[in-house]
Amino acid sequence: MLDIFGIPSQALFGQLLLGLINGSFYALLSLGLAVIFGMLNIINFTHGAQYMMGAFAAYLLLQYVGLNYWIALVVAPILIGATGILIERLFLSHLRKLDPLYGLLLTFGLALVIEGLFRNYYGSSGMPYQVPESLQGGRNLGFMFLPNYRAWVIVFSLVVCFATWFVIERTRLGSYLRAATENPTLVRAFGINVPRMVTLTYGFGVALAALAGVMAAPIYNVSPQMGSDLIIVVFAVVVIGGMGSIMGAIVTGFALGIVEGLTKVFFPEASSTVIFVIMVIVLLIRPAGLFGRSA
Amino acid sequence: MERAADPPLLKVHRDTAWSLSAAFVAMVALFAVAPFVVYPVFVMNALCFALFACAFNLLIGYVGLISFGHALFFGWASYLSAYTAKRWGAPPELAVLIGTTSAAVLGLVAGGIAIRRQGIYFAMITLALAQMMYFFALRAPFTGGEDGIQAVPRGRLFGRFDLSDELTMYAFVLVVVLAGFLFIYRIINSPFGEVLKAIRENEQRAISLGYKTDRYKLVAFVLSATLAGLAGSLKALVFQLASLTDVHWTMSGDVVLMTLLGGLGTVFGPLVGAFLVVAMQNYLAPVVGQWVLVIQGAIFVVCVLVFRRGIVGELAKCLRVRL
Repeated sequence: MLDIFGIPSQALFGQLLLGLINGSFYALLSLGLAVIFGMLNIINFTHGAQYMMGAFAAYLLLQYVGLNYWIALVVAPILIGATGILIERLFLSHLRKLDPLYGLLLTFGLALVIEGLFRNYYGSSGMPYQVPESLQGGRNLGFMFLPNYRAWVIVFSLVVCFATWFVIERTRLGSYLRAATENPTLVRAFGINVPRMVTLTYGFGVALAALAGVMAAPIYNVSPQMGSDLIIVVFAVVVIGGMGSIMGAIVTGFALGIVEGLTKVFFPEASSTVIFVIMVIVLLIRPAGLFGRSA
Repeated sequence: MERAADPPLLKVHRDTAWSLSAAFVAMVALFAVAPFVVYPVFVMNALCFALFACAFNLLIGYVGLISFGHALFFGWASYLSAYTAKRWGAPPELAVLIGTTSAAVLGLVAGGIAIRRQGIYFAMITLALAQMMYFFALRAPFTGGEDGIQAVPRGRLFGRFDLSDELTMYAFVLVVVLAGFLFIYRIINSPFGEVLKAIRENEQRAISLGYKTDRYKLVAFVLSATLAGLAGSLKALVFQLASLTDVHWTMSGDVVLMTLLGGLGTVFGPLVGAFLVVAMQNYLAPVVGQWVLVIQGAIFVVCVLVFRRGIVGELAKCLRVRL
């Protein structure tokens, strides 16, 4: 067995893989937060709950409707995204003229409501979700064993992240979005329906969270509180990256996942706190975040 | 030029003092009778949370900073008081002092980091810092992990008053909480407090007037953290317990809810909010179970959408006085 810095390579690469998996979820979630923040100027505290709803949607679709993972991967984000649109229309659209802190408080309350409802019906214990048949098993790469499903999660989340980046930074629709972020009044004067764009953006950000939830279902157990602890780490990721840049959110997400994985190998006691420590260091050196413009 | 506006302003001030003193006297009278009517531990619990919420309100109501990680100070002060009282056999006054001081130090560190960003980022940073300390409390040997520190002795205050007697303990808690309450009132009505309000209204303007706003914000943050710590230390003695619940993010959420429900930036709001939320958690939870979480979340939503002044804020508006 090959050793690297006195650590068996199997363990090292195993944790790196786990880090990349976590990084995929950090990237998807912080990307959604950044997109929503850009348009609505609020931090979506419900994001963790919506990620959890995505996982539950996959579980319930399989359990009660018999729809498999691949269908859930499309249907769940659409369903949860639709609830997001409802939330924006019913609640968030009324807060547009207020201090953004009220958006934070409202979405925090919604997160409590959603988590509480799911806990009432499904308890706090996790429910397993089978890896889809076509992705079961894995391959031996010589230096480590790579489960197929995990490889799929990393590749697919990279594809989704870059597709989102492409749409926002390189297409006409994206240019409308960016323009509306900078100056909504002017963009409205050009005849573009900005409020509808805001609503759809929120729905899209929520759908991204739900997509991450579906992908997470076979890896972690599906449970009502799976989102609430994750969202706090994602907040730290967002503070480190700064929310000004889409690419920044993606890169920071993956990078911090890897750092966390490596910490698990070399200094396991610190693995749950390392991202917060990095946040503190970044704040001391570059308060605006690695990719952020100073606000 | 604006001289003519002065007399009505003065009049408002006199009315204000009147309504606040009346409310204060009523409150003290209520607390004096309370332990003979309601279960004393319940009132003491609510009093601790009232002080916690008032400390939190000092930041959000008067500086406009929303901390989503105030459980950090409450919880760690609670741990350190419990630890010193139990393992070192420290008398209660010393245990409370150590807990409160540790919260002040933590407040200086966390505040120094968090005030580097504003608004929404400030909320996320404080939440993340609190979560970091939660994981630390989970792992650190002296916190007792999942069990917490149990059976903390209340001891004898100044070597004379036996705090294991419920009424003596109640008197101690009441005196400390009222002192904390008056201290906060003094802060917000001092020249220092006026500068804090100026920062809340328009930070750029305050900077241009020559105030070092970061320093003011940091001092306010440390004061708020210290008083939150005082509340946490008292709570450890009241329940004779310090546990992970005290440092968890749900605790930070609870104190936000208390303040929002009672009324942001009102003097008595956090008190009223704390009593309502604690009563709900005590008396409603056994009946409705997990629904408490749903109800709390729903209160958040309703408060933000239609009830942003909170109970005391609305009342003050109806009566046209300050409360």
